[in-house]
Amino acid sequence: MSDLHEEKIKYLEGMANRIRERIIETLLEAGSGHSAGPLGMADIFTALYFHILNHNPKKPNWPDRDRLVLSCGHICPVQYVTLAYAGYFPLEELKTLRKLNSRLQGHPHRTALPGVETTSGPLGSGLSQAIGLALAARLDGKKYRIYCVASDGEHDEGNFWEAVMFAGKYKLNNLTLIVDRNNIQIDGYTEQVMPLEPLREKYEAFRWNVLGVDGHNIHDFVDAVNEAKAIYEKPTVIIAHTIPGKGVSFMEGEYTWHGKPPNKEEAKKALHELRTLGRHIESEHE
Amino acid sequence: MLNEQLKLNQKIFEKDVEMKPARDGYGEGLVILGEENQSVVVLSADLTESTRAEGFAKKFPERFFEIGVAEQNMATIAAGLGISGKIPFISSYAVFSPGRNYEQIRTTIAYNDSNVKIAGAHAGISVGPDGATHQATEDMAIMRVIPNMRVICPCDSIETRKATLAAGNMWGPVYIRFGREKSPMITSNETPFIPGRAEILWNSSVNGKKPDVAIIGCGMLLYNALIAAKELENEKISVIVVNSHTIKPLDEKTILAVVDKTKAVVTVEEHQIAGGLGSAVAELLAQRFPVPMEFVGMHDTFGESGKPSELIEKYGMGVKDIKEAVRRVLKRKNN
Repeated sequence: MSDLHEEKIKYLEGMANRIRERIIETLLEAGSGHSAGPLGMADIFTALYFHILNHNPKKPNWPDRDRLVLSCGHICPVQYVTLAYAGYFPLEELKTLRKLNSRLQGHPHRTALPGVETTSGPLGSGLSQAIGLALAARLDGKKYRIYCVASDGEHDEGNFWEAVMFAGKYKLNNLTLIVDRNNIQIDGYTEQVMPLEPLREKYEAFRWNVLGVDGHNIHDFVDAVNEAKAIYEKPTVIIAHTIPGKGVSFMEGEYTWHGKPPNKEEAKKALHELRTLGRHIESEHE
Repeated sequence: MLNEQLKLNQKIFEKDVEMKPARDGYGEGLVILGEENQSVVVLSADLTESTRAEGFAKKFPERFFEIGVAEQNMATIAAGLGISGKIPFISSYAVFSPGRNYEQIRTTIAYNDSNVKIAGAHAGISVGPDGATHQATEDMAIMRVIPNMRVICPCDSIETRKATLAAGNMWGPVYIRFGREKSPMITSNETPFIPGRAEILWNSSVNGKKPDVAIIGCGMLLYNALIAAKELENEKISVIVVNSHTIKPLDEKTILAVVDKTKAVVTVEEHQIAGGLGSAVAELLAQRFPVPMEFVGMHDTFGESGKPSELIEKYGMGVKDIKEAVRRVLKRKNN
């Protein structure tokens, strides 16, 4: 059962929308970067940093914190914006994304920015790093949990499946993998580039506990995370079905938005949509 | 003559010099580290016995992880352990690790500054009958160019043990490479080993004659270098032999001091001449003290199956080849 009440869900949904707006502004300022993935994962990142993770932005190296490993480093705008809203660094700093001397590297770098747990970007190797963190926690008898966010496209990598096999073998129950199943990658739709289905059955065959959720339903996602905590014999993967570009109608579901930022005109349009909540409300806030 | 201060193996020039595979030293070092430090963990990619990680695996099963034949997974799991306060050693053949998992080592270990130690066993052509697929002759080159990576190539089993201990006790990513075959013991338990400090093993100029050539080498070929140096005495060619076991960071001070005396250098390594120790020395000397140089190593070619000693001869790394390189460089120096 969810430990969320309605007011909290409303708050989280509002926060997710603010994060989406900020992603658009940040990408516009940066002039390069990925749009679709970050927008699609805004709800999940909001739920993680504002409800699920046991963490302290004022003490980013607190040894007992839960760890979030971002395997698909290219969606870091959503992580950066969420970290800033959570209080890891000033929102102002988001303007420096991808610029010279910035802590906000084009792909996340652990030693550069507080809150970033591993360096990532090259795909397929985040899950195994998360496994390293999970093994260390187990060796030290620590209770904190490891969350790993991975993309569907990076399942093309051999390293990814090596990690999937290993986690099943070692029954890493302190590890929860969240797969952003948005069906797109740079060259097109995942099922055309390299078919992944049946994904659920593949994970089951590798001895994982598999859950599927609507990645934009914060209530269901939190339920799934809680269910994962209760599984003792297996690692859990939550296959989160998301809409790439979520919240901006002309980006939604379009793989061409995977790897580019909006221009000024497009950003204006996108922000208008987000600020009027898809034209459900009249007045646009700034 | 041999540098007395280093307390090298006194039987080094005798027929019954003790022979031992360098990889044994890695295994011994791991067990000592495991006893000393609870944070040391070992990962193996299905080569536990032949890399000699087995001793650790048996003694500390809870700190040993069998990854299977998956070197990329091994490197990245180690990266996660290394940023969680553990000191992971990853064991495989050098061809596969750091060969197959190069990008993972670059990004998740070196750039990520994770405290991982990479052990590349079966390095060099002396792997023998397995052939070129299993003979790593490019590994030092690919590790040396990565920022935040240290590279060590010890010369015998005892030095490999010491290098393993040193790697475990220093912060940051380290690559250690060592061979499969039994090789002569050059050092003793009493020989000092300090990472980043090259040692002068041999100096035949002590009787007043100015040294003619410096041989700067690493790994088990230093034995051939010492034999060559001794035999060259008969031709009145005096040689200084330097053990540059740490390729990165290179001991610039010692090398420049030696080259200042000899004004000619031969480098010796069981590795491609491109990118390895010879290249590192050439980079230093080109900038600071250019002198004639000759390179003994693999000359842009793959190896093949054969006995280790046959391969060393065929590919130009035998005693005869080192002596010829010394004569060549001497000729250039005197012209």
